[in-house]
Amino acid sequence: MLWRWLVLAGCAGVGLILAGAMLQLPEPPVRIAVQVDATLHASGVTSKVTAVLLNFRGYDTLLEIAVLLLALIGVLAMAGDARSNSLRLSVSPQPILQSMTRVLAPLMMLVAGYLLWAGSHRPGGAFQAGSVLAAGGVLLYLAGLLPAWAAPGRLLRSGLAAGFMIFLAVAAGSMINGSMLQYPPRHAGALILLIEAGLTVSLGLILAGLFLWLPNENEEAEE
Amino acid sequence: MSTGMIFALAGAALFVTGVAGLVLQEHLLRKILAFNVMGSGAFLVLVGLGQRSGTPDPVPQAMVLTGIVVSVAATALALALARQLFNLTGGMRLPRKAPDD
Repeated sequence: MLWRWLVLAGCAGVGLILAGAMLQLPEPPVRIAVQVDATLHASGVTSKVTAVLLNFRGYDTLLEIAVLLLALIGVLAMAGDARSNSLRLSVSPQPILQSMTRVLAPLMMLVAGYLLWAGSHRPGGAFQAGSVLAAGGVLLYLAGLLPAWAAPGRLLRSGLAAGFMIFLAVAAGSMINGSMLQYPPRHAGALILLIEAGLTVSLGLILAGLFLWLPNENEEAEE
Repeated sequence: MSTGMIFALAGAALFVTGVAGLVLQEHLLRKILAFNVMGSGAFLVLVGLGQRSGTPDPVPQAMVLTGIVVSVAATALALALARQLFNLTGGMRLPRKAPDD
């Protein structure tokens, strides 16, 4: 009990210190937003967030897709040897949900494509599009229209890795004329769209896979 | 006080709430949830501080966009680990002390 109060008091104290520190923050000496505005024309896109994500700080995004791939490999490594099926996610086919999903799934593909395209000039982009794709996959699974995924075949594996591989290839290619991930301004737009298309496919598959591989072996164990 | 500052303060509150949950809750699912609350707090601080002067700053927004996707993946990995623990030990709690062997 004493431990509990100690932890609560400690957290409250840290929270107060955090809040106090934030209230006393000085004005930043460098305005990054202004710098982004000033160099936006050279980034190949007109959406600021996309420009930061895939051009100015492309390295972060490259590592991020690598982290996602690693997490998925971790999930896959553990999916192989589960013994109990007590944590099973029950999927009961319901006609209303199924016909709804049949209408929604193509629309979600369309929305994902639009978000991908919109990313160059307004809020949108690969992450949002990939999330919509993955949500479509999860919805199909929950409606009982898509079985949980078995061990990934060659096509699925290449789809999962495609985003990272394309990104790596562009990064390696950009090292020819100087530094890594510094696109030539004339081709920046096309390169960003290429990377984003690959990222969308891979993100959709990875995020859906995180969900669809979790329940997988339980159903097999039951059969 | 600007709107961004209120977001940032709420983020700090969320963060310490998550820390308290992570330490105090014993069930692993609750720990994972608390971890997510912590993450959301950190994102809110980043975005809030980025726009405390009124205009949104695209750099923290891009970072948070990346962070959200990574946190989803981390949560999935944590859930897979928790289930593995459940399969091996039958419980969703971390052992109190290290096994003797």
